[in-house]
Amino acid sequence: MKRGESNPPVTETQVAYRWCTAFQGRVKTVLESRLVDSLGYLVPWEFSPTVALSCAALVAVYVRGLRAGAQRELAPRWWRTLSFMLGVTLIYVVLQTRIDYYSQHMFWVHRLQHLILHHVSPMLIVLAVPGATLTRGLPKTWQRTLKEHTRALWWRWIIRVVQQPLVASVLFVGVIGFWLIPAIHFTAMLDVRRYRAMNWSMLIDGLLFWWLVLTPRAVQGPASIRYFYRAAMVVGVTFPQIFIGAYITLHRSVLYGVYGICGRAWAISPMLDQQLGGLLTWIPPAMMSLLGLLIVLHLMFRDLAAAERAPRAPILAAAKSAG
Amino acid sequence: MRLGAALGLAAVLAIAGCVRQAPFALQNITGLMPTLEFHLRDGDARPVSAEDYRRKIVLLYFGYTSCPDVCPTTLAKLSQAVHNLGQQATNVRVLFVTVDPQRDTTAHLKSYASYFGPQFIGLRGDDQPLAALARRYRVTYSLDPPDRNGNYSVEHSSAVFIFDQTGRPRLLAQSTDTPTAIASDLRRLLNGK
Repeated sequence: MKRGESNPPVTETQVAYRWCTAFQGRVKTVLESRLVDSLGYLVPWEFSPTVALSCAALVAVYVRGLRAGAQRELAPRWWRTLSFMLGVTLIYVVLQTRIDYYSQHMFWVHRLQHLILHHVSPMLIVLAVPGATLTRGLPKTWQRTLKEHTRALWWRWIIRVVQQPLVASVLFVGVIGFWLIPAIHFTAMLDVRRYRAMNWSMLIDGLLFWWLVLTPRAVQGPASIRYFYRAAMVVGVTFPQIFIGAYITLHRSVLYGVYGICGRAWAISPMLDQQLGGLLTWIPPAMMSLLGLLIVLHLMFRDLAAAERAPRAPILAAAKSAG
Repeated sequence: MRLGAALGLAAVLAIAGCVRQAPFALQNITGLMPTLEFHLRDGDARPVSAEDYRRKIVLLYFGYTSCPDVCPTTLAKLSQAVHNLGQQATNVRVLFVTVDPQRDTTAHLKSYASYFGPQFIGLRGDDQPLAALARRYRVTYSLDPPDRNGNYSVEHSSAVFIFDQTGRPRLLAQSTDTPTAIASDLRRLLNGK
């Protein structure tokens, strides 16, 4: 039976108990289902040719690039390839398996989906520094067209604006906040077009932000942002995310009624669903920021050390401004 | 001064415009969801589709007859709202789609639905058409594990989707909406406003 949306406040023990029973039931159903049923979890809930083709194309182009690079001994290190593949696979998994169904019918799973789309996957892809390999994987004519496009003035202007540190940071927190405005969230969960726009915006913004912050300066070129500012960006976006997460977790009434309207995937109280979703918005992104900060510091000290070893090396230009 | 007058006039017109298009009491979902579409069977086991209910205002609700509180309460509320419409009630249909076709037989569903009024129609479908309809409106349902006596409850959507005469989704009635509010919005839809 549906529970009322206005539950009285519950104690922690009750919360824990309910969570355990809900989880136990779920595990039981999963275990009882046959292999055929479990394979059903891999079938897309709402098949999206765009997502499937994008992921397949990324992997195909990357593999082509690996082959082309291997001939010229330009292969990236194995862990970078692994990181790239893992990032793309995770995007596919959260958008094109049963997880997508749960994301539409459980607030906390939706938050987990966005954590992957906006933080985990983009970070994994960016850490692979896949630009060179991907470019090599494209057909020669495409490589030329791509080069012309990226040189075009309008393209450079767009990139210059969205990749301005302050704009990028505001955008990063902005897309999280925007889609979590209850009225906006409501329509995004009902309208499949808005739902897709939401997921795509999270992914693209995640890639832009983490590329800006985590790609080494030597790769980004002389116009790249100093590591000091990058550290400030990572720290800066942490606090608004903590605020949004804490606000949702500690809110005393149901903010996102749409999950009650559409029905939850399994029995869980609306408040518990909201609190779990809030915690997922609050804690893991803060940890990701810390991880991002450590990576930025690592890149910074690596460039500094390189500059000390070879003061006249071309890397100097980048390293000098690293502080 | 002339500019001020023009601005004032513009403001008055804007306010007048707002008054003319006062918001609905229920949640407006115009343009957010696809047109009504389904293939199910009615209380006489005849195959029916959305086409059969065009030119009527359709209220779509998912539930099951052994539902202890939410379904009967919602249906009673809708019954009251439809009753409030008087003569115009003939242009309204309430489609009660069972999410528990295992237990809800056609005959049982028919008598259950008709209890709430002549405009109430129980619809039943196999797993696949039912799942297709639920997915189309992004709602879900799931059976809870049965108790010792084999009784089980069903998790399902609490919303009533309201479609206009062309089958376009227009409004969403929630558990907090009163029969009066539902009736007044239905009247507006019936009068084409």
